[in-house]
Amino acid sequence: MSTIVRLPNQQDATLPKRSYLNSEYGLKSWLLTGDHKRIAILYLISITFFFFLGGAFAGLIRLELLTPMPDLVASDTYNKLFTMHGIIMVFLFLVPSVPATIGNFVLPIMLGARDLAFPKINLLSWYLYIVAGIFTVSALVLGGVDTGWTFTTPLSTHYLNTHVITAAMGVFIAGFSSIFTGLNFIVTTHRMRAPGMTWFRIPLFVWSHYAASILMVLGTPVLAITLVLVALERLFGIGVFDPSKGGDPLLFQHLFWFYSHPAVYIMILPGMGVISEVISTFSRKRVFGYTAVAFSSVAIAVFGFFVWAHHMFIMGVSNYSALVFSLLTMLVAVPSAIKIFNWAATLYKGSITFETPMLYAFGFMGLFTIGGLTGVFLGSLGMDIHLTETYFIVAHFHFVMVGGMLMAYLAGVHFWWPKITGRMYPEGLSKLAAVVTFIGFILTFFPQFILGYLGMPRRYHAYPPEFQVLNVLSTAGATVLGIGYLLPMIYMTWSLKYGAIAGSNPWQATGLEWQIQSPPPTENFLEIPVVDHEAYDYEWLANKTQHEVTTVG
Amino acid sequence: MDSQTVAIRQQAEIEHHEHEHPPYLRHHFETVEQQKEAVSFGMWLFLLTEIMFFGGLFMAYLLYRNWYYDAFVSASNTLGIGLGTTNTAVLILSSFTMAMGVYCAEMRNKRGLLISLSATILLGLVFLGIKTIEYHEKYTEHHIPGASFSIEDFTHPTDKRDVALAPDMAQHAQIFFFLYFAMTGMHALHMIIGISILFALLYKASKDAYTKGHTSTIDNFGLYWHFVDIVWIFLFPLLYLISRHPLH
Amino acid sequence: MHFFSPVLWQFLVKWLTEFALFPPQASAIAPYMDAFYFFLLLISLVGLVLVGLMVGTFSIMFRKEKNPQATHIEGSTLLEATWTIIPLALFMVCFVWGALLYFRIYNPPTNAMNIYIVGKQWMWKAEHPGGQHEINALHIPVDRDVQLTMISQDVFHSFSIPAFRVKREVIPGRYSTVWFRATQAGTYHLFCTQYCGTLHSAMIGDIVAMPPDDYRKWIAGSTSGQSLAQNGERLFASLGCNSCHSGTSGARGPNLAGIYRSKVTLEGGRTVTADDEFLRGSILNPTTHQMAGYAPIMPTYQGQVSEEGLIDLVEYIKGLDSNDRIHQTLNDSNFSPSQAGATGAAPNYRSEQLTGAKQLPDAKPDTSTSKGMGPSPQ
Repeated sequence: MSTIVRLPNQQDATLPKRSYLNSEYGLKSWLLTGDHKRIAILYLISITFFFFLGGAFAGLIRLELLTPMPDLVASDTYNKLFTMHGIIMVFLFLVPSVPATIGNFVLPIMLGARDLAFPKINLLSWYLYIVAGIFTVSALVLGGVDTGWTFTTPLSTHYLNTHVITAAMGVFIAGFSSIFTGLNFIVTTHRMRAPGMTWFRIPLFVWSHYAASILMVLGTPVLAITLVLVALERLFGIGVFDPSKGGDPLLFQHLFWFYSHPAVYIMILPGMGVISEVISTFSRKRVFGYTAVAFSSVAIAVFGFFVWAHHMFIMGVSNYSALVFSLLTMLVAVPSAIKIFNWAATLYKGSITFETPMLYAFGFMGLFTIGGLTGVFLGSLGMDIHLTETYFIVAHFHFVMVGGMLMAYLAGVHFWWPKITGRMYPEGLSKLAAVVTFIGFILTFFPQFILGYLGMPRRYHAYPPEFQVLNVLSTAGATVLGIGYLLPMIYMTWSLKYGAIAGSNPWQATGLEWQIQSPPPTENFLEIPVVDHEAYDYEWLANKTQHEVTTVG
Repeated sequence: MDSQTVAIRQQAEIEHHEHEHPPYLRHHFETVEQQKEAVSFGMWLFLLTEIMFFGGLFMAYLLYRNWYYDAFVSASNTLGIGLGTTNTAVLILSSFTMAMGVYCAEMRNKRGLLISLSATILLGLVFLGIKTIEYHEKYTEHHIPGASFSIEDFTHPTDKRDVALAPDMAQHAQIFFFLYFAMTGMHALHMIIGISILFALLYKASKDAYTKGHTSTIDNFGLYWHFVDIVWIFLFPLLYLISRHPLH
Repeated sequence: MHFFSPVLWQFLVKWLTEFALFPPQASAIAPYMDAFYFFLLLISLVGLVLVGLMVGTFSIMFRKEKNPQATHIEGSTLLEATWTIIPLALFMVCFVWGALLYFRIYNPPTNAMNIYIVGKQWMWKAEHPGGQHEINALHIPVDRDVQLTMISQDVFHSFSIPAFRVKREVIPGRYSTVWFRATQAGTYHLFCTQYCGTLHSAMIGDIVAMPPDDYRKWIAGSTSGQSLAQNGERLFASLGCNSCHSGTSGARGPNLAGIYRSKVTLEGGRTVTADDEFLRGSILNPTTHQMAGYAPIMPTYQGQVSEEGLIDLVEYIKGLDSNDRIHQTLNDSNFSPSQAGATGAAPNYRSEQLTGAKQLPDAKPDTSTSKGMGPSPQ
C-alpha cells in the first residue's frame, strides 16, 4: 500500500540538535516552563493517566454487568464506579484532551506565533488541572462519591453522605483550567496571527478550537456557580434546591445543563478540527467547503447554548418549552451533518492514502454519524420519552464521545506525533490498533442501543436476566476495546526511542507547523513567516518542496 | 489586516534595531502594542466569564423573587438602606480613585499613582468593613438562614408599613437571605482578591514598575476593579432598592 | 397502523419482540412509538449508508494509485444547500412527529381513571382511589385509560414502563402525570430510571395488566380498609380543615365543594385551574395559592402531612360535591382534631423524612370556636 509518508534517509537522519525538548534540562525547566509545547507534553502525560484510570472503572463496570445479579461489587461501590468513570472521563479527559494537548502544542505554530498569548496562564491552567485531579483522586481514595457525574439534587445535596464537596471542588477547579485554556486560544487567534494570516486563511483546526473556546469561556463559569450552590446547600442546608423549604430542584437541572450541554460541544469541536486536518492531508486536497465548515463550527457553538433543556424533556418542563428546545435541537444537528458531508466530499477527486490517522478519521465519520443521528432520535420529544434514561442514551453519548471524540484524539495524536517527538510510530501496529479499536467499539456499544429500546435503565447495578446476552456482548467488546487502547500506549512509548526519524514533514502536509523542524525549536520560528497562501494549498507546498534544501539535524 | 500587520512588523524591525526590547515586552509578542492589546483583550474575556459566573446567582434570584415576591419584599426592607447607600458611594468613589490611578500611571506620576492606589485600598476596606457591620446586624436580628432564623420579624412586623406575612411565606424569606449572603459574599470575595492584588500593585508601583511607560497592569486591574463595582451596582438595586417602601 | 400492511407489521413486531429487540407492544401508544422509531431508524440508515458510500467509493476510486494528482475543488454552494436543507427537512419531520407523540402521552384524557404513585428510596407505592395499596406493583385493567399522578418523597425518581413506552420523572415537591391505555394483558417491567442512590436498580416492580373481570376481582379482594377519599375525609377533619372550609357563608376559607378543575381567582388577579397540583400546593404553601377575597390566615401543613396524607386529602377534595359531610364531621367527636391517629386502622399520616421542616408557631388549627350549622351556600 503506497503512502504519502516521506521520511528522510534513515541511514544518516538524526533528530535536530536543538529543539524544545533539549533546550533546557531538569525538572524545574519542565514544571516552570512557559513553552506551550512543554505544557502540552505535561498535559499529555496527565491526561493519559486519567484516561486509563477512568478506563479501569469502565472495565470494572462492564465486568459487573456480565451477570444480571449484583455480584461483583456492592451497590454503593458500583454507584461510585460509574460516577468516577463519568467525572474523570468528562472533566479530566474529554474536555482537555485535544485542546490542552494537541491544541496547546500546535495552535500557536499553525498561526505563525511564537507561543500562546499568555504562557504563564497556560502553565497555571495545567496546575489547576493537576489540583483538580488531586481533588478527584482524593474523593476516590477517601471513599468515593456516588452522585453520578451529573450531581443531581436533591440526591447530592441532602441524601448522600459521600465526598460530594471534594469531587465538586475538583470539577470546579478543572473548570477554571478549561476557562483559561479557552481564554488563551481566543486571544491568540485574534491577536497573534502571522502577517498575511487572515481569518479565512487559518486552518479549520483553529476555527474549531476558537468555537470550542467560546463555549469554554462562556459556559464553564455557570457550572462553577452551580457547584458552589450545591456545596453551600450541602453545608448550610438552606433549601435553594429543596422543595420542602420552597426551593426548586429543577433550578439545579437548568443551571447544570446550561453548561453541560455546551460541554459536549466543547468536547467534540476540537476533535472535528483534527478530522479536518487529517482528511485534507491524506486526500492531498483542501477541505471541500472550507467556509461552510468554518461557519458550521461557530454555528454549533452558538446553537449549542440554546438546547440545554433537551436533557429535561420528561422532568416537568412545560410542554411548550419542550417544543422550543426540541426545535432548536434539530437545528443544532444540521451543522454537524454539514461537516460530515463536506469531509466526505473532500475525498472526491482526492489522492487518498490510508495511514493510521486516516483510518481513525474514517472511523470517526462512521461512528459520529451514527451517534449524531441517534441524537436526533433523542431530540424528538415523543421518542425521548421512551429512550431517555436508558442505555440508548449511554450508547448515544459513547458513540459521539468515544467513537467520535476519542477516535479523533487518537487520529490527532498519531498525526502530530512526528511533529511532537520527531519520531514515527510503527505504522503496521498502529493500523492494527485502529481496526481493533473500531471493532471493539462497535461490539461494546451497539448492543446498548438495543438494550435501550428494550428499556434497560442506565446506572443499573443489576438487571432483569433477559438483558444478559446483550450485556455479555458489550463486555466482550469492551475487552477488545481495551486492547485497542493499550496498544498505542505501548508502541508510542517504544517509538520515543526506536521510532524512525520523521523529519519536518513526513505527511507532506501544508500547515505552518509542518514547515519547521520536528521537534520544533522552543521559539517555533526563527523568523515569523509572512503568509501569502490559503490554507491547505498543496500547490504552494509542491512549489516549496521543489525549491527547498532540507537540512536534518 | 494585511497591510496593518506588515506595518507592525516593519515597525517592530525598526524598533529592534533602534532600541533594546523594553524589559516588559515578552518575547512571544512582536511589539509592545500587540502585547498591550492581547493583555487587554484577555482581561475583557475574563470579565465576561465573571459575568456568566454571577449570572447563575442572578438567575436564581429572579426565579425565587418571582415565586415568593412578598417574602422578598419584606426581607429586602430589613436591609439597612443607609449602610447600603454609603457602601455604594464608597465603591463608586473607589472606582474613581482607581481611574485616577490609571491616569497617574499614564502620566508617569508615581506619587499620584501611589496615593490613588492607597485610596482605593482604603475605600475597599471601608466597603468590607461596612459589609461586616451589615452581616453582623443580620446575625443579631436572627435573619441568617438556617437553624437560627426567626420569622418573628416577618409575621409580626414592628413597622406599620410592613405587611405581615403568613408563616409559610415568612419561611421563604430565608431564601432571600441565602441569596443575599451568596451574592454579596461572592462579591466581597472578589473585592478581597482585588484588594490583595492592590497591595501587590502598591508595592511594585513604589518601585517604579508602572510609571515608566508600562501601564498595562494598572489599566487591566482597573478594568477588574470597575467590574467589581458594576456587579455591586446591579446587586444594590436588586437587593436593597426595588419594592422598598420610601424613606425606610 | 393503516399505512402499513397489517400482515407485514404484525410479522415485524412479532419478530422483533421474539428476538428481544423490542419490548412487547402492550399499550395503545406503543405501535405509534415503534412506527416513529422505524422511521428514525430508516432515515438514520439512509444517512449512514449515504455517508458510508461516499467515503467508501471515493476512497477506492480516488486512492493514490488510481489518482496520483488531487483536483482542487473549493466547494459548491448548491451541494451545501442540498445537504443543509434535506437533513433540516427530515429533522423537522422528526420534530413534528415527536412533538405530536409527546403531547399525546403527556396530556391525559379527562376521564382517565387516576392512580396515585408515590416514589421513595427505594420503592414504589401505588394508591388506588378505592384504597388498595401496592408496593412495587401496579394492577391495572386492560383497555381503559389510566392516568398516574406521581410524586416523590425524597429525590428524583422516574417511573418507566418500557412495554407501554411511557416514562415520566417523579419529582419531589410537585405532581407529575402520565397516562396510558394497556392493550395486552400480562406482567411487564416497571423500572425506576432516574439514579436515586444505593438501591436504584432494586427500585423495580411489576405492572400487571388484567382483563376487566380479573381486575374487578382483584380490586374487590385487595381493599384494605378505607378508600383514599374516606381517609382524606378523616384527615380533613382531624387537621381542622373543616373549621375554616365549612362551606357556610362567611366561612374563613373558600368553599371546596366542586372546586376541582374549576377556575379560581388568586389574590393579585391571576386565574388558575384548581388541579391536583394546585390543591396539594394550597395545603403546603397557602400563601402562594392565596385565593382572592380571603384573608391569608391558612397555616401551612408542611412537615405535618406525608405525601400519602396529601394524596388522601387531594382525592377527597376532588370528589367533594357538597358540604353535607363536612357539616356532619364538624359535630362528630370521632373526627375532632385531638383524635388524630386514635381511630384504629387509619394509617400514619405524620410526615416521614421530610427534611428540616420546623414546627411553625401558628400551625395548630383553631378549633376553639364552634361553627354554627348555618345553611350551606350550596
